[in-house]
Amino acid sequence: MSETLVDRAASATPQRISRRIRGLSDRAIAWIFIGPTVILLLAVNIFPLIWTIYLSFTNYRANRPGAEVEWVGLRNYQRILNDPEIWQTMQATAHFVFWTLFFQVLIGFALAWLINQKFRGNDLWTTIIVLPMMLSPAVVGNFWTFLYQPQIGIFNYIVTFFTGADPTSFSMIGDVRLAPWSIVIVDTWMWTPFVMLICLAGLRSIPESIYEAAECDRASKWRQFWTITVPMVLPFLMLAVLFRGIENFKMFDLVVQLTGGGPGSTTEVTSINLKREAFEKWRTGYSSAYAVILFVTVFGLASIYVKALNRVKNR
Amino acid sequence: MNRLRPISVALAAVIASASAAQSANLTLCWAAWDPANALIELSRDFEAQSGHTMRFEFVPWPNFADRMLNELNSRGQLCDLMIGDSQWVGLAAESGHYIQLNDFFDEQGISMDAFIPATVTGYAEWPKGTPNYWALPAFADVVGWTYRRDWFEREDMQAEFQETYGRALDVPATLEELKDIAEFFQGREIDGVTVYGAAIYTERGSEGITMGVTNALYNYGFTYGSPDNPYELDGFVNSEGAVAGLEFYKELYDCCTPPGSSDWYMSETIDAFRSGQVALQMNFAFIWPGVDQDANVGGDRTGYFPNPAGPAGHFAQLGGQGISVVSYSQNVDAALEYIAWFAQPEVQQRWWELGGFSALNAVVEAEGFAESQPYAQTFLDSMAIVKDFWAEPSYAELLLSMQNRVHRYVVAGEGTAQEALDALVADWIEVFEDEGKL
Repeated sequence: MSETLVDRAASATPQRISRRIRGLSDRAIAWIFIGPTVILLLAVNIFPLIWTIYLSFTNYRANRPGAEVEWVGLRNYQRILNDPEIWQTMQATAHFVFWTLFFQVLIGFALAWLINQKFRGNDLWTTIIVLPMMLSPAVVGNFWTFLYQPQIGIFNYIVTFFTGADPTSFSMIGDVRLAPWSIVIVDTWMWTPFVMLICLAGLRSIPESIYEAAECDRASKWRQFWTITVPMVLPFLMLAVLFRGIENFKMFDLVVQLTGGGPGSTTEVTSINLKREAFEKWRTGYSSAYAVILFVTVFGLASIYVKALNRVKNR
Repeated sequence: MNRLRPISVALAAVIASASAAQSANLTLCWAAWDPANALIELSRDFEAQSGHTMRFEFVPWPNFADRMLNELNSRGQLCDLMIGDSQWVGLAAESGHYIQLNDFFDEQGISMDAFIPATVTGYAEWPKGTPNYWALPAFADVVGWTYRRDWFEREDMQAEFQETYGRALDVPATLEELKDIAEFFQGREIDGVTVYGAAIYTERGSEGITMGVTNALYNYGFTYGSPDNPYELDGFVNSEGAVAGLEFYKELYDCCTPPGSSDWYMSETIDAFRSGQVALQMNFAFIWPGVDQDANVGGDRTGYFPNPAGPAGHFAQLGGQGISVVSYSQNVDAALEYIAWFAQPEVQQRWWELGGFSALNAVVEAEGFAESQPYAQTFLDSMAIVKDFWAEPSYAELLLSMQNRVHRYVVAGEGTAQEALDALVADWIEVFEDEGKL
């Protein structure tokens, strides 16, 4: 009779230890296995969260270790929620998140649908399309500042080619009306391939037999698209929206490199604003309250969204 | 023989530990820019004389404050010597990041009277105006202007400017004159290339636009506070003159800067000038040696002038830094040794020759100094009119508020100058209230 893995593990365990383990319940053994992970999680996730919540009720500053720390109650929260600047950064973030998701879903799904048509060389096109998302956001932000440069940037020249406008007459990252769109364009360029890949996975998971059955029923291509393709890809699409939504809500590097939050504070998304408060102004207590508010917002929205996602999946 | 072996081993260990104590491995932290390279060159003499070795940690300007203040706030031991920005001195002194140097200066016979007074106040003192020194003035710097002398001297330009403005095209005496010149060159074709008026500071992220706009604000009547109470801001920061100064800077930005210059600081303005895009360039003096040597615009093609006067005075924004010993250093003695060496007149003289801007009177007042470089006289004239930003422990908050308010008005065009400065006063009052100073 061949020895199983369990038998081998049992025979390899020293008798002293195996005697001790034999007396333990399954639950205790389970805790022994997951204990180190739980302790690690508590140390790196839960403790900082609790500490942040505590700091949010104080006037603590990390750059003044010797200064007296005062309990300020809800003052930090009041200040944040009554600060028009914070609401402006929330608006900038909402604009960025909404429009990037809109374009990425639209273009990502369209690209996935095209790639799924299995034409000659579609593997090559897939590789070319996914290249932008393999780059570092800091690098992408940096080179797009050159592409957007009014005097030498190719972007302005392309716009000029189609509109006839003077390329030096507008500045994508220096104009308050255009700057919010400049970051949307770059993020869309970079992350649409990610949405495309997820959608492609969804499209390829639809069994051919469903379409064949629909063909037998003489359903039009349009009807097949709306009654088979879209519903079956929807959970994948929603998952892509969830990932990109969370990522874009905390977008930092790309925007910093592109506009630095400017002009003025037009593109100052919450993560940039939070970083300034926490690590440039060193208002640690205040920024902890800010982080807690953002955490609750993202957590709340994500929870509602995940419930909706599960409902769609179980339909 | 065997009996002697333990003794010789012990002796070798003692010698090794003694020499280790004598020769330290010092790390000097500064910004990554041209003068830093000159300092590496200069420090070779120190290494040769002292037996210590030097390492350098240079961080690009946009991240310099972030990186180094993080280092200090976390009580890091990376830096033994720090050439920190002038505005940090309050924070570094009050938080115990720097060692106070008064006793050391007394021991070594180093007198602060031997340095340009503005640099002592700006880089070394905290509280300001008191003889408490936390740094040795290391690199004197100030905002000034470079201009295309070759364009100014062209006869066709001279004639057209004379006809348009009724005066000769020459170095501007006032900020209004400077704007006229910038306007004159804006969009002009020179040798088949479209050029622009002026490259000025507009950077949003760190300190750029503040270091630029103050050159207009000071000269139109802006002061940081009442002469009697530095924390009384209303009516000073947002005075009528200050509003006019801010409006002037916006007009200059709107009328006479290259397209796309909405986030420019030192390196972008240098690039614009060196590539022949602009007639005038605002920048710190540290770039002048590089401009003078530049193949494209160097030599006689470029001239230098101090920040022009305004209706309410004649000032320029102070730059530059002092060198301090970090209190968390393991090599305090060696670091102090470096400062004593660096303060010597012959070292300071060599510092100037290598491209460093010495703040030692013996160097800058020496006969022939003004003629030693084409920009030397402008440097002296500029250092005589300097004014600095807050050096309070909360300077970062004060600076970021100003960056935000000024950029919003000047670049984004939000609201009026009065609203921008009123909002700045409100921000600063909140900071000082939190600090318990109001």
